[in-house]
Amino acid sequence: MSKTLFDKIWDAHVIKIAEGGLDVLYIDRHFIHEVTSPQAFDGLKQRNLPVFRPLQTIATADHNVPTKDQHLPIQEKLSRDQVEKLRENCREFGLELYDLGHPYQGIVHVIGPELGITQPGMTIVCGDSHTSTHGAFGTIAFGIGTSQVEQVMATQCLLQRKPKCMRITVDGALQDGVLSKDIILYIISKLTAAGGTGYFVEYAGSAIRALSMEARMTICNMSIEMGARGGLIAPDATTFEYVRGRKFAPQGADFEAALSKWEQLYTDVDAQFDLEYHFDASEIGPMLTYGTNPGMGISVSEHVPDMALPGDSPVSFDKSLTYMGFKAGESLLGKTIHHVFIGSCTNSRIEDLRLVAQFIQGKQKAGHVQVMVVPGSQQVAQQAIAEGLDKIFSDAGFDFREPGCSACLGMNEDKIPAGAYCVSTSNRNFEGRQGPGARTILASPLTAAAVALAGKIVDVRVHFNQN
Amino acid sequence: MEKFTQIRSTAIPLPIEDVDTDQIIPARFLKATTREGFGDNLFRDWRYTSDGQQKTDFVLNNPTYRGQILVAGKNFGCGSSREHAAWALYDYGFRVVVSSFFADIFRGNALNNGLLPVQVTPEALHAILQAIEQDPETTFEVDLENQTFTLPATGLEATFDIDPFRKICMINGYDDIDYLLSLKSEIEAFEHA
Ligand code: SF4
Repeated sequence: MSKTLFDKIWDAHVIKIAEGGLDVLYIDRHFIHEVTSPQAFDGLKQRNLPVFRPLQTIATADHNVPTKDQHLPIQEKLSRDQVEKLRENCREFGLELYDLGHPYQGIVHVIGPELGITQPGMTIVCGDSHTSTHGAFGTIAFGIGTSQVEQVMATQCLLQRKPKCMRITVDGALQDGVLSKDIILYIISKLTAAGGTGYFVEYAGSAIRALSMEARMTICNMSIEMGARGGLIAPDATTFEYVRGRKFAPQGADFEAALSKWEQLYTDVDAQFDLEYHFDASEIGPMLTYGTNPGMGISVSEHVPDMALPGDSPVSFDKSLTYMGFKAGESLLGKTIHHVFIGSCTNSRIEDLRLVAQFIQGKQKAGHVQVMVVPGSQQVAQQAIAEGLDKIFSDAGFDFREPGCSACLGMNEDKIPAGAYCVSTSNRNFEGRQGPGARTILASPLTAAAVALAGKIVDVRVHFNQN
Repeated sequence: MEKFTQIRSTAIPLPIEDVDTDQIIPARFLKATTREGFGDNLFRDWRYTSDGQQKTDFVLNNPTYRGQILVAGKNFGCGSSREHAAWALYDYGFRVVVSSFFADIFRGNALNNGLLPVQVTPEALHAILQAIEQDPETTFEVDLENQTFTLPATGLEATFDIDPFRKICMINGYDDIDYLLSLKSEIEAFEHA
């Protein structure tokens, strides 16, 4: 029988079907971090249980950590306590922790792929909704709650009902200056913030195939922003070459053996999806969000819609625009911006930093703008320094910091002030996400770089057409 | 997890769509390492000004509305997977959230914590919100066994779906973990296959 890629991986991980028809799904890798794990460890302690498969459990500190002076103790007490709790728990349960100062520390969804822990065909979970990122390798990866973190620690399994499957095909070539971030913001603007609920998404088509692994991760990362549990892309030569030689990837003959299995990971030609969408890559412009959920997006050359979409409530639409300080029907071009954030598990990888550095080299940020560049991991930071990107950033007046989630969610000191606009490469423009009262406009790293130079919203394509 | 069979309560209306878990419990309040006390910061930035004053226009600060049932717009609980959102709602005193549509992870987290997500049609949601507006004292009955949400005063009755396994767990107060732990030898056999 023909199967989708999703079916193939899912079915291979079902241990049995439980009473009530739920699948007992085996989990290959479990990532944990300081925020969503402490109550799960407490649960294990109360039941007097060990972590069932410590070698399949990978821990790091990322959400709470400062992005300056990481060698010093964390200033803020509650953050320090939470990171300290993770250390204690990892020691007690015998788990490897990529702690502050460790050369592998970083945002959990950045380190998994770069260390070769994330591999095609796996099931991966983490107490974090952007676990969908790992789907770029042809894995089933999704976010879970803390009760489930405890279940996976105790049994390496979850009880799950198999979700429906959707395919989103994007064909054609992107315009110059348009990135994979624009593709996913465009898709979410078409499907809405709830359009993927109940589904797992497979991304396909020539425009997706043409992307690098890092660009693919940006797409899968934001699957959750349309409500989908996860998104995945069939692995191909690009995937295999990315994984080859990485620290925890299979090596030598083991790699070749793994490769022959990974090559079977594709959707059969006549496999059926529950839902299909097709988009044309050439129609996608640089995207911006104007509201307070990631579905409220427009191309930079479009205007804010006049009213809520059919089926959406005008009350929520008005509330959103009031929060953002935008008017229905207006253009965002030329709006003054005071903050730019380049970072987060969506866009903090070395390619993102290279793109930004290349774009701004020899130029200066606008005087009134504060620009934070936060690498996704220690390895990304070291690579950026080795390539001299840090120098380009500081020459341009960009603040190149140490790795962590940072202003993506403002759990550390990196917050955007109330009322201020921030053009951000992160994934959520919710009210207060980057700090109480902060107004977030999601965009690609190139758009963010162009805004940083201009000090206002601009269409980054102008720079490419000139050349 | 506490058992849930039925409740009878007034309800609190929150007719906003796409209420994300960052609104339910902002990230800066996720630093606690226990499950308790999150109710104090439920809807923090909608409830309080930056200097800690109550915002009188927010429904939780309006003494007219009380109850264990929250009635919200579609796509409730989207965004972050933080289970703290379910803990905060429960800790505040809610036992049921009604919406025309729930985000997947939130739904699962709620069910794992004895908080019942009741999904009704957009029309039923509208009728429920109207009933509360007309009479904030109106009481609703939620019956998990029969999967019904009723307004005895008018006879309005909505049925709701729930996964049969989740239903048994909620009625009996079971956690998934007990069942999974019982499968240890099957899990080990799977690993060695
Ligand atoms: S970078 Fe942001 S979205 Fe990604 S894991 Fe950290 S907090 Fe979550």
